[in-house]
Amino acid sequence: MYVAVKGGERAIENAHAWLAEERRGDTDVAELSVAQIREQLSLAVNRVMAEGSLYDPDLAALAIKQARGDLIEAIFLIRAYRTTLPRFGASEPVDTGAMLCDRRISATFKDLPGGQVLGPTFDYTHRLLDFKLAADGDVAAAPARTAETGAVPHVTAFLNREGLIEEAPHDDTPPPDLTRQPLEMPADRALRLQALARADEGFTLGLAYSTQRGYARNHAFVGELRIGAVPVEMDIPELGFAVEIGEVTLTECETVNQFKGSKTEPPQFTRGYGLVFGQTERKAISMALVDRALRWEELGEDNVGAPAQDAEFVLYHADNIQATGFLEHIKLPHYVDFQSELELVRKLRREAGADQVQEAAE
Amino acid sequence: MKDSFDPHAPRKAWLGLMAKARPGRVAALLDAAMARPAFTWLRAPEIGSTMVRGRMGGTGAPFNLGEVTVTRCALTLDTGEVGHAYLQGRRKADAEVTALVDALMQTTAADRLRDAVLAPLEAEFTATRSARADKAAATKVDFFTMVRGED
Repeated sequence: MYVAVKGGERAIENAHAWLAEERRGDTDVAELSVAQIREQLSLAVNRVMAEGSLYDPDLAALAIKQARGDLIEAIFLIRAYRTTLPRFGASEPVDTGAMLCDRRISATFKDLPGGQVLGPTFDYTHRLLDFKLAADGDVAAAPARTAETGAVPHVTAFLNREGLIEEAPHDDTPPPDLTRQPLEMPADRALRLQALARADEGFTLGLAYSTQRGYARNHAFVGELRIGAVPVEMDIPELGFAVEIGEVTLTECETVNQFKGSKTEPPQFTRGYGLVFGQTERKAISMALVDRALRWEELGEDNVGAPAQDAEFVLYHADNIQATGFLEHIKLPHYVDFQSELELVRKLRREAGADQVQEAAE
Repeated sequence: MKDSFDPHAPRKAWLGLMAKARPGRVAALLDAAMARPAFTWLRAPEIGSTMVRGRMGGTGAPFNLGEVTVTRCALTLDTGEVGHAYLQGRRKADAEVTALVDALMQTTAADRLRDAVLAPLEAEFTATRSARADKAAATKVDFFTMVRGED
């Protein structure tokens, strides 16, 4: 039986009007501006840009405001907007070696060229609520010290000199793009990295943590973590050469992992790689650990059946917009589907004589 | 250095500089320097995206990291010079003025604009960068080793 149901329109309109009112909250409290969100909730903005897979701080801040601070809803808004944009092309691969580093630390080498630069970090804070922030107050300017000029080389370059770590040889193979072709298995590393760069932070963190706890254990050190701005250069067909079109802030994490060696490779360190839009350190480290776990096959390691080794499992469940779309659709009307299930269960119960069984028990 | 033989280097430099300027800054400098000339759109400002790529391990094969919003336009001056702009962000007014300066830099106004627009932009860019680098430098760890034990 199919019954067309109408009549939700007014309810929906009124629900959306109420949503707008609730979003605004108490009108005695000043309204948040998009610029305030962009400047003062910048790590939320960064997460929305990273997982929305679109670098635009103003749009991400607007999405956060519209979504009432629900970051997955904000990411959804950014993904939807992204699909309306014509694609002008692709950038030259960014040179993270030339990054203007706000932060650059290594857990493997204490004394390295360029030094350990902590940057604006939560590390070493006491995680005590600061009630001064609840009151208005000016912030003192951060101290400055004349910076040394000169390159800040990647840490892995030092290990490479001794041949102790696998190389990442230069290569210009055009990468696959999951925004153009559906994500299909087997996924090469370029495709996996694209999927992980926009993957849900919580899911990626959980998987990365599982590798540390022993599911596909590949003991990782943070060889280097760096955060800062890199120029984005793009080939302009009308001009016939590449120009810088702007700058993006990125977080890059390189892990150094134990590797016993295989039939073809001597014992050496291997690498996991994380690169994410914005200051998104937890996500970048998680990405590097999951990237490394997914490389078991090319490195000739055993598949121990850990979730983080299963590319299909990881990549098909890491996207929070796909996940939330499918998960949340089950709250929408399924009256007809459920009606047929109900009919089926009643029929099965009749056939199983469930009614008699119940009577006997009584 | 490869760049020193690049005939496009000056144009690359000024386009890159204007792309990284704060919103409205190029317009303020240009308007203070001269009246804007008449022009015709070859491509009116439009907003789209560019896929930003990274390299595995920082140096290896490229992969797609995510997109960035981009505004582009192209125009021609009545004297025939063509100006282009490709800028990160949704900034139609900035794209227009960038393309105008790009075209004007190919005219006799180039010297004037180099002093009035590009030089201040360069100075501001350098100042912003070094202020940030100096704050980072203040958070650099100065390790010292405690002398412990005998001998």
